[in-house]
Amino acid sequence: MTEFFAMGGYAWYVWGSYGVTFLLISIEIVLLKNRSKKA
Amino acid sequence: MLDAARCVVVRDLLVAWRRRSDVATALLFFVIVASLFPLGVGAEPNLLRAIAPGVIWVAALLSSMLSLGRLFAADHADGTLEQMLLGAAPLGVIAAAKAFAHWLVSGLPLALIAPLIALQYDLPSSLYGMLALSLLLGTPVLSLLGAIGAALTLGLRGGGVLLSLLVLPLYVPVLIMGAGSLEMAAAGMGGQGQLLLHGAMLVVAAAFAPWAISAALRISSE
Amino acid sequence: MKWFWYASPQTFFPLAGTLARWCGAAAGVLALIGLYIGFFVAPTDAQQGEAYRIIFIHVPAAWMSMFLYVIMAFWAAIGLAFNTRLSAMMASAIAPTGALFTFIALWTGSLWGKPTWGTYWPWDARITTELILLFLYLGFLALQAAIDDPRRADRAGALLAIVGVVNVPIIYYSVQWWNTLHQGASVSLTRAPSMAMTMFAGMIVMALAFWMYSIAVAMVRVRCIIRERG
Repeated sequence: MTEFFAMGGYAWYVWGSYGVTFLLISIEIVLLKNRSKKA
Repeated sequence: MLDAARCVVVRDLLVAWRRRSDVATALLFFVIVASLFPLGVGAEPNLLRAIAPGVIWVAALLSSMLSLGRLFAADHADGTLEQMLLGAAPLGVIAAAKAFAHWLVSGLPLALIAPLIALQYDLPSSLYGMLALSLLLGTPVLSLLGAIGAALTLGLRGGGVLLSLLVLPLYVPVLIMGAGSLEMAAAGMGGQGQLLLHGAMLVVAAAFAPWAISAALRISSE
Repeated sequence: MKWFWYASPQTFFPLAGTLARWCGAAAGVLALIGLYIGFFVAPTDAQQGEAYRIIFIHVPAAWMSMFLYVIMAFWAAIGLAFNTRLSAMMASAIAPTGALFTFIALWTGSLWGKPTWGTYWPWDARITTELILLFLYLGFLALQAAIDDPRRADRAGALLAIVGVVNVPIIYYSVQWWNTLHQGASVSLTRAPSMAMTMFAGMIVMALAFWMYSIAVAMVRVRCIIRERG
């Protein structure tokens, strides 16, 4: 399990990429849901 | 048609002459920006010679962009633009004429002053001709593309900065080819290829920009 | 003839809702499959180790960023030519998602570049063109935000999008030329000559997932726009 998270030493880069992508997509979905509720 | 074009150019030049300080300010901006870079990066001659083409071109870009806001604003404010829209002359001709007049008072002086800046940067004098030529070919494209942006942002709040954001990405190929022609020439490889591409960009811009400018003017004037 | 029936915002509204639901579900399923392939099926790369796994987000995001811009310009052109409101609304609905994917492509590409090529920002042709593409998206969004009248905003944005899409190949080739002139010393940017089938499959599945996601999000957004404009 730990080696999955370590990603061969590249954890910062791999999880930094996936994490930010996941975060930004979540933000877009949340903003869109809010906009949908307001409209 | 040519009468209308001549009329517009003469009128714009007259207006620019009456507001000479506006024109001079843009040129002064060009000189000042070009003078700032050595203060920022240090005055080492080899470095300056290397960055000279890029700096001169970026300064020309920014200076040309500064004067774009004035292109249609005055006419829009006093109703002349509406007269042009309703008039018999094709709007594309008028748009091209305005862009041409803009180039005469912003781009052409830049091309003439640039060798002085090149002197400051210790660019070899053999390159002055190529520098002037690349600016002469490139600045009309800046005027034409910039006119599209100016027409789109007519009367908007945040006008000047918004115009820059819209227009600078479109300026990138001109910048690359312009600075590139000088760098190639400086490296002894001859910059004719880039100059030809510049010429091609000018032809394409001259052919299509007037349509886009007149479409943008109609969109902004409703 | 059925196509034109959906050209009106009122009739398109329910269709958009249905599309959003189905494409959203498809996006979720495809993303799970793609991530599974990417992390558990595709082998470790010989040269780049685990860092290459960023490719499963980076390449699909870059594809979407360019694809969405073209689609956006297409709808913008239709709206400008035929004066249809819905086409222009579609262009406005697509733009934010396109900008998002452009940013993701730049971010993930930058993080991929650091361990593999030694630098966060190699100024190569593709990353530079992608950056300018981001500026084009942001310019479109800024222009539409600055105009209060919706119809003027639609048309102005449409013109800008069309001018932009015509310029993208010019920008790409000039940046590519610029880059070959200024090639950095140690940067070697050709992708691995061939790719393991599993890696390729993972990339394609993630690309489809992003595509379904984009459709779903654009449909929800266009419904919001339709409702906001009344």
